Amino acid sequence: MLNIKDLHVELEEEGKQILKGVDLTVEAGKVHAIMGPNGSGKSTLSYVLSGRDGYEVTGGSAALDGEDLLEMEPEERAAAGLFLAFQYPVEIPGVGNMTFLRTAVNAQRKARGQDEMSAADFLKEIRAKAKDLKIDADMLKRPVNVGFSGGEKKRNEILQMAMLEPKMCILDETDSGLDVDAMKLVADGVNALRDAGRGFLVITHYQRLLDHIKPDVVHIMADGRIVKTGGPELALEVENNGYADILAEVA
Amino acid sequence: MATPELKHDATAARLLSIAKPDSAAWSRPARDAAVKRVEQMQLPERRDEYWKYTRPDTLVQPDAPHAALFHNDEGPLFDDMDRLKIVFVDGVFDADASDDLAMAGVRIDRLAEAADIHWAAELYGVLEADGHYVPRPLAALNTAYASDGVLIHVTGKAEKPINFIYLHKDEASDATLHHLIKLDAGAEMTLLETGPAAARFNKCMEVEVADGASFHHVRAQGRDHERRAVTHSFARLGAESTFKSFTLTVNGRLTRNESVITLTGDNAIAHVAGACVGDGDFHHDDTVFVTHDAVGCESRQVFKKVLRNGAVGVFQGKILVKEGAQKTDGYQISQSLLLDDDSQFLAKPELEIYADDVACSHGSTSGAIDEEALFYLRSRGLPEGEATNLLTLAFLAEAVEEIEDEALREAIVERLEGWLERHRG
Repeated sequence: MLNIKDLHVELEEEGKQILKGVDLTVEAGKVHAIMGPNGSGKSTLSYVLSGRDGYEVTGGSAALDGEDLLEMEPEERAAAGLFLAFQYPVEIPGVGNMTFLRTAVNAQRKARGQDEMSAADFLKEIRAKAKDLKIDADMLKRPVNVGFSGGEKKRNEILQMAMLEPKMCILDETDSGLDVDAMKLVADGVNALRDAGRGFLVITHYQRLLDHIKPDVVHIMADGRIVKTGGPELALEVENNGYADILAEVA
Repeated sequence: MATPELKHDATAARLLSIAKPDSAAWSRPARDAAVKRVEQMQLPERRDEYWKYTRPDTLVQPDAPHAALFHNDEGPLFDDMDRLKIVFVDGVFDADASDDLAMAGVRIDRLAEAADIHWAAELYGVLEADGHYVPRPLAALNTAYASDGVLIHVTGKAEKPINFIYLHKDEASDATLHHLIKLDAGAEMTLLETGPAAARFNKCMEVEVADGASFHHVRAQGRDHERRAVTHSFARLGAESTFKSFTLTVNGRLTRNESVITLTGDNAIAHVAGACVGDGDFHHDDTVFVTHDAVGCESRQVFKKVLRNGAVGVFQGKILVKEGAQKTDGYQISQSLLLDDDSQFLAKPELEIYADDVACSHGSTSGAIDEEALFYLRSRGLPEGEATNLLTLAFLAEAVEEIEDEALREAIVERLEGWLERHRG
């Protein structure tokens, strides 16, 4: 589903190379995790895939179901089925959460040539999905992420994911800033979306999120490359021994 | 270079050129006094401190610069609302287009026709004359030579809003209107003002809000690209009274809106807000002066401007807290959203406080669309134009939310959405 080949990326301003040849394939129905120390390029990878400004691709490719992602505008990537759950969801004063979600859902439907979702259908669906994530009516009415706690922001990301029903979900350190209960809630939300047609790329520092969202494949990223790939046991190894051993082993 | 003589000449030329209306005997002493104020203050020129950011020459010159007529394809604002319509075409009252000037709770007269009305004689030019903490000669000029206007005495709860509708049908029209509104204790009314009015419009409004009365005002200044306007709203507020005014300005070559509000009774509330959107050859100036002269009053100034393609926005806002005006709660915010590098926002926020137990805050910012927010919206599938418009509306929201009535607020938001849609980058 997601095919990344020899991806090289620089920071536009500084010309500093961050990704130095990433190769990664995420199949439909699978959950891949990327772990790695700070500064290894994990978040950069998620931003480049979703089309954020400030990065220059100097080599390689990234495709979603055969379509070249790197040629698309961010909104086109979204309509093609890519979703990034932000590490730091953005606060948008003055835009109601509900209005935002409805506009987003309908913009994607429009881009795919589908009819807009009726207000009644939308309301019914969002209420059900919000309830699962323990998001109350007040949070839906408030401006997007404004005054939300860290946990509320992350749950709001998962609600967006549930409403937009993307085929490829990237979760960028969704566990950061979450307590155990909030993490469980978020993980349940993600697990509910797992199905044969959907791929996940879960970026995380720590193994604990992976206790709740069981990965099929775990990759270790360091210095802009995937340096090791394995099964769920690789995450446990990181948890027990840290990154140093693995990095020493592949160096 | 302008010299005092030239300024004197410009004032003399304008005084000579302006139409001298037949006026009712009761207004004559006030008008004569106003002529003297103009002569003494002189009409503004660009070197005057209070006109530092806005060139007054086209507002002062003898003839109104032509303004091409504009066909507004959006239809009349507030059209589906139940309201009493009072129509002026290029500043001339249109009886046929207007409703019967009678309604429960108010007494309505026209300045041009009013016989001896004691309350009007006691208000006409009075708040204007009191409002020259800073010279406002164009307001004095208005008092001196206003050709018409509406005198509203609100004795109870006005049955429905009154809508002054200002149509512009003559490319060279130069209109001068002066309205008086007096709300008795506990009275309530909503005033709507819509339309471009004239090629050049000088409007002055004096509003006396007695104890416990409440006045709501929503104005939309027409989409004509080439119109010019200078308007003054003077208000005096009694105890526990409320004055809330919102202005939408879309297009227009030059607009200067001055609000001069004095809180004279304890626990009075004054909110003035404005949302303006300008594209291209557009200059918009909000000049606000709020004086707290009583205990426990609240004032808010909320002004937001969206500017692009070289449009210019100006804000001069002052909160003056007089000695003894304790427990004052004053708030002032002026912000601009610059959609490109060519546009300009000039702000002069001022606080002057002579009481020691007050809470006053003010802020002024100028910025571009938040790139982080834009990317966030786009990453959820909103096309760039749609996302920009959503963020622009969100930027304007704080000002628009000052309109309490939901139907009025929605009508204004719809106009803003229309502008954004037409001017999508």
